[in-house]
Amino acid sequence: MTEKVKLLSHVEAINWNRIQDDKDVDVWNRLVNNFWLPEKIPLSNDVQSWATLTPDEQQLTMRVFTGLTLLDTIQGTVGAVSLIPDAITPHEEAVYTNIAFMESVHAKSYSSIFSTLASTKEIDEAFRWSTENVNLQKKAQIVMDYYQGDDPLKRKVASTLLESFLFYSGFYLPMYWSSRAKLTNTADLIRLIIRDEAVHGYYIGYKFQKGLEKCSEERKREIKDYTFELLFELYENEVQYTHDLYDSVGLAEDVKKFLHYNANKALMNLGYEAMFPASVTDVNPAILSALSPNADENHDFFSGSGSSYVIGKAVNTEDDDWDF
Amino acid sequence: MVALATTDDRVAAMADSGEAVSTAAPELTHCRLIYFSSTSENTARFVAKLGIDAARIPLYPRDAPLAAREPYVLVLPTYGGTGGEGSVPKQVIRFLNDPGNRKLIRGVIGAGNTNFGDNYCMAGDIIAAKCKVPHLYRFELMGTPEDVDRVQQGLEEFWTRLSQTQQ
Repeated sequence: MTEKVKLLSHVEAINWNRIQDDKDVDVWNRLVNNFWLPEKIPLSNDVQSWATLTPDEQQLTMRVFTGLTLLDTIQGTVGAVSLIPDAITPHEEAVYTNIAFMESVHAKSYSSIFSTLASTKEIDEAFRWSTENVNLQKKAQIVMDYYQGDDPLKRKVASTLLESFLFYSGFYLPMYWSSRAKLTNTADLIRLIIRDEAVHGYYIGYKFQKGLEKCSEERKREIKDYTFELLFELYENEVQYTHDLYDSVGLAEDVKKFLHYNANKALMNLGYEAMFPASVTDVNPAILSALSPNADENHDFFSGSGSSYVIGKAVNTEDDDWDF
Repeated sequence: MVALATTDDRVAAMADSGEAVSTAAPELTHCRLIYFSSTSENTARFVAKLGIDAARIPLYPRDAPLAAREPYVLVLPTYGGTGGEGSVPKQVIRFLNDPGNRKLIRGVIGAGNTNFGDNYCMAGDIIAAKCKVPHLYRFELMGTPEDVDRVQQGLEEFWTRLSQTQQ
């Protein structure tokens, strides 16, 4: 990069005893409590399972993970850092440094997976693919362009879409393997990344909304139009990327549902209504339950049939019960 | 960002530790929907879309506490966390520490994010288990239009059924 990195021109000592926005403290604490390192996950237990994948499936998996590595690298070294000069509170700046570091942990963790499962030659080939795949490079370039632009709200939109939407064409695959009892330790690691990205998307989206509150109606319209345009641009590219990757194993249509579902969540993180209708967001239940065991229909009391409709009666509890 | 200029008095007062706890008389509500939402407003937006009269559990300890006077369903979010610890927002704990409020809860609706895995809507599970009421529904973030339809319809049926079985 030849551009000069924008830095803060003035800094004051950060006082964590005087907080302007409680969300900064809540999110800092959440991120710190969620901290993890790839060394804690017994990835080597997946070696046998890896051997049961076909060469095509192995190659797909390697490519998906190099794509994710690229996104995490961008977010760690450019994305989260680019948000620091726009921060409204000093604690917000600190949260971005935490986010940036965790993105670097994520990027490194894919290398842990690679070195456990694949040969140096396979790893090098996958990285070469990542630099040559047009759609992967395009998504990186679109986001990078906005990070280097001079509109703080647009940077937050790009960042939230990256955290909450662009990763999911890749996250689909380890959830798919997990649902078939394959690469389950790798999936455990990916779930930790997914959890982190949810907090990142939530927080950056929240700060975006705080910034937008102060804008004129005209500016709000401009930003909303921009958000949907960018989402469409990224979406079209994601669809191409999904076909590049998943056509060989026949999963592209299933992945696209997962993209729609996550695009809706990215929009909600930004305070906008979901855009894709339920008819195209019906994610494969096996993928959803690989993501969260409580997410299936069995947990919907309202849709239970009349006969199984058991209504509990509230009982008195003691105050002691409420010391969580 | 240059200095600590944009201090919102409300928020700053809250942040000072040893914050004042309200001694004001509780605010009574007859709403059958009571919810908690943080400053992210996700759950508040979902509740607004339902178009049902609802009371909000106060955010700050110095606000007058809320006291339910009719049976109600509680809507509350879970913001992640691990193993359930710290899943229930402290404001909701304060609300449910009032035995009168606990007695009138009839069900829970959880908000969350499936990205939180096992912890998805965990606060709803914890309260449902402790109060022995059903966890009626789960939705993500501020809910989709389908979530809104299902909860509107589900709540109507729930109250009808309840009035037939528990009088």
